[in-house]
Amino acid sequence: MSAILRVDDLKVGFATEDGVVEAVGGVSFELQPGEVLAIVGESGSGKSVTAQTITGLTRAPNAKITGSVSYRGRELIGLDDDQLRDIRGEQIAMVFQDPMSSLNPVYRVGDQISEMIRAHRDVSKREASHRAIELLRSVGIPNPERRVRHYPHEFSGGMRQRVMIAMALALEPEVLIADEPTTALDVTVQAQILRLLDQLNRDRDLAVILITHDLGVVAEVADRVLVMYAGQIVEDATLDEIFYDPQHPYTWGLLGSLMRLDQSRTARLAQIPGQPPSLLAPPSGCRFAPRCPHEFDKCHELPALQPRVGGNHLDRCWLDPEDKKSRRAQVIP
Amino acid sequence: MSKGDPLLEVTDLVKHFPIKAGVVIDHEVARVRAVDGVSLTLREGETLGLVGESGCGKSTLCRAILQLTQPTSGSVRFLGEELVGRSRRDLRPLRRQMQMIFQDPFASLNPRKRVGQIVGDPLELHGLAKGAELKRRVQELLERVGLNPEHYNRYPHEFSGGQRQRIGIARALALHPKLIVADEPVSALDVSVQAQIINLLKELQDEFGLSYLFVAHDLGVVRHVSDRVAVMYLGKVVENSATEDLYRKPIHPYTNALLSAVPIPDPKRNAARERLVLQGDVPSPIDPPPGCSFHTRCPWATEICTSDEPALVERATAHVAACHHPRNVEEPAAQGR
Amino acid sequence: MARFIARRLLGMVAVLFAISVIVFLIFNVIPNSDPAARIAGKNADPALIARVSADLGLDQPLPVQYLTMMRQIFTGQLMSYAKDRNVVEQIWDGVPATFSLCIGAAVIWMTLAVLFGYMSAVHAGKFTDRALTILSLVGISMPVFWLAAILLYFLTFKVQLFPTGSYVPLTEDPGQWAYHLILPWLTLAVLYVGFYSRMLRSNMLDAMNEDYVRTARAKGLSERQVRIRHVLRNSMIPVVTLFGLDFGMVVGGGAILTETVYNLNGVGLYAGEAIRSLDLPPLIGVTLFGAFFIVLFNTLVDIAYAGLDPRIRLGEVAA
Repeated sequence: MSAILRVDDLKVGFATEDGVVEAVGGVSFELQPGEVLAIVGESGSGKSVTAQTITGLTRAPNAKITGSVSYRGRELIGLDDDQLRDIRGEQIAMVFQDPMSSLNPVYRVGDQISEMIRAHRDVSKREASHRAIELLRSVGIPNPERRVRHYPHEFSGGMRQRVMIAMALALEPEVLIADEPTTALDVTVQAQILRLLDQLNRDRDLAVILITHDLGVVAEVADRVLVMYAGQIVEDATLDEIFYDPQHPYTWGLLGSLMRLDQSRTARLAQIPGQPPSLLAPPSGCRFAPRCPHEFDKCHELPALQPRVGGNHLDRCWLDPEDKKSRRAQVIP
Repeated sequence: MSKGDPLLEVTDLVKHFPIKAGVVIDHEVARVRAVDGVSLTLREGETLGLVGESGCGKSTLCRAILQLTQPTSGSVRFLGEELVGRSRRDLRPLRRQMQMIFQDPFASLNPRKRVGQIVGDPLELHGLAKGAELKRRVQELLERVGLNPEHYNRYPHEFSGGQRQRIGIARALALHPKLIVADEPVSALDVSVQAQIINLLKELQDEFGLSYLFVAHDLGVVRHVSDRVAVMYLGKVVENSATEDLYRKPIHPYTNALLSAVPIPDPKRNAARERLVLQGDVPSPIDPPPGCSFHTRCPWATEICTSDEPALVERATAHVAACHHPRNVEEPAAQGR
Repeated sequence: MARFIARRLLGMVAVLFAISVIVFLIFNVIPNSDPAARIAGKNADPALIARVSADLGLDQPLPVQYLTMMRQIFTGQLMSYAKDRNVVEQIWDGVPATFSLCIGAAVIWMTLAVLFGYMSAVHAGKFTDRALTILSLVGISMPVFWLAAILLYFLTFKVQLFPTGSYVPLTEDPGQWAYHLILPWLTLAVLYVGFYSRMLRSNMLDAMNEDYVRTARAKGLSERQVRIRHVLRNSMIPVVTLFGLDFGMVVGGGAILTETVYNLNGVGLYAGEAIRSLDLPPLIGVTLFGAFFIVLFNTLVDIAYAGLDPRIRLGEVAA
């Protein structure tokens, strides 16, 4: 099974008056067909920029993009907007974090979906409208015939996100990139949306790249997980491997600072001291070293993202895997 | 007042926002029932967690309690004194004892003021310090919350989100209040920073003898910091109990749904769980459903739920819930079928 | 909606009433404005002035004068003090010229403003943008009367390309009508083109950073579709509403300078004369006329705004 999306050493820098901010510092990964790949990281980790760069949505004039993103063998970096048109929406679709601001407030929801369909297919307005109704129905919006004529502000947050998902799926793309799709939603609504995404992934063999900062969301839907820190991937593993055999101290820190409902209430949370480094001048060695309690002399050399415990489990840490187990136990119970 | 005495007693607090329309003269056509009759008690030294989703009224409740917005009706007794209906002058000395931490670390600090000023203003306003003494106390506070006291003259935009929240905490702490109302203090922060702030809040509570009303939508966070938890839905408290009781034996169906909806960051356990996924959306607080306001989404709702509003009664030890068909209680619910 | 309109109509009546009272009172406070003295002439003796005064009803108490004047307006019999002509008729006669001037200028200014604003925004920072920006600023800075004078000098005097002014009714000769209005149209439009194109440019640049524009691109729309259907459409809302207000003002007789310089017998010209001669009846007449249009267009703008932005609901319950 070959990957449908391949990202190779992607770098995105933004030139500012203080220097170049290296938002994405060499990211490489693959997406298999029908796979749900979660990219986890905190703000500033570069996960959103990575996602948006894949479809060429990073358009700031001061952005410098190098590296390769290839979809089914076709190179996407360097293509202009017109060339990217048959990829966007048709093959790779996107859903964003805030459905209120991501939908145009002055157009009816049905029109926005129809617009997308008609931009790619030669169909009449009526046909596109019918399709829009069916799409709304397929994502669980009740009364789609009526609601297709409503404006975005007439929907609740969860319903709006469903509309966005419906719109993204209009042309039956192969890949859906969801950038923090549930962050702005209530937890009960989040559960509904995650369930929907899971169902879509299984029914349609839809590959999903899910950007999130919430490890609970990851546990709910992901097959594979990338952990990003300061613009780089620090760990790349399957869902079970990340949760039950994490290999990078940052991942331990994330897992350890979680306030889980199914564990006893500890007196003090394991916290990661300090803050993420400035991306203007990132550390030359391991970027997590300044905050890492296990840092040692080798860490001033940047570790490569490699499999150190076998299989496809990649990590970016010099620590000896055997040594890691005891250190990890101190952070994660 | 010693630990365990009631510090804050809220009784039947109501805050409605009228919606007006009209040709020449506006008259009320509807009201947003943001807070629709809330009663709760916070004891000295205790942390009461308040959970609910958007639109449940928890933020409005905070403001109504602190008299930042005038309640429509009801009573708020703080340190034995009634707050509702008091003049601003009367409230001033009481305000020293109750402070607030806000959710958005970017919006809650005046970008044109220096950090030292922001933290020192409360002290100056209440005439507690000035000049060199003021500076000293402010720097002490900055240090206590984990900031560098040398950054006294910096502006908020020079700090990260987590650091700004610390500034907000320092400001709230300046007057050594008895009560701090924290309205979603960590929601806007990254996960790793949340842990830092939560740890700080707990330390400060022990050191300064603070009591917290801790509002959040994240159930994990609330569980970690609270002694007791109250769950809100559409302007009313639907359940209130000691923390562990709420999480181990939730009584109200909404609480059950909330807990079920939170994904556990443990794939195997998460998959093995029985999930309760609610249908539909939260109804509008302008037109809440009759009877029990949760009945439109409740999997166990029956006839009586559509007509009779259930009272908040004790279902287990120090554990109240408002439901005709409570879950997880020993005695079977005998009301209406 | 009906409630909203009813409310606005009541408001309009109240505003017009207030304006009429205020203008009336102001007029009676201005020094040297005793019309009887002026009409009677320089060498009039007090007896003559008194007789003129009684004739015009100026010896009555103020409230009575006011009521009389209002009655005359409504019955179309209001006479100006100076030339003893019917005010309402005069205003009515001036309407075709004013409307022709304003509507024509408005069409020109909106077309050019949208074109320039769009091009400026799309090529922001580059030569086209800079050139258009300079043009806009020049347009905004030029005083109307100066521009008119320059145009008249160069295009009608030095080179007799255009007529010097005066209004030819549309019904008489459409060709001449337009020919005589070209310069006035351009003069009036120049200021607004500059202002509106800047505003549109600014709105469009803001809109381009909005999330929904990002979504539109992610949907695979062409850049042009994104720019017109999403960016331009949303940026036009404040432009349209401002247009309503500006148009209401000029069409109500606000283009005084333009009409005067080009000798177009419109309401603006009439208003100018009334001010110069401090003649109360025409003053009240044109002020009410202007106020009526401003209030009318204010209301139309609010209705249009609700039509353009579905988030706005007029006078209804917010859900």
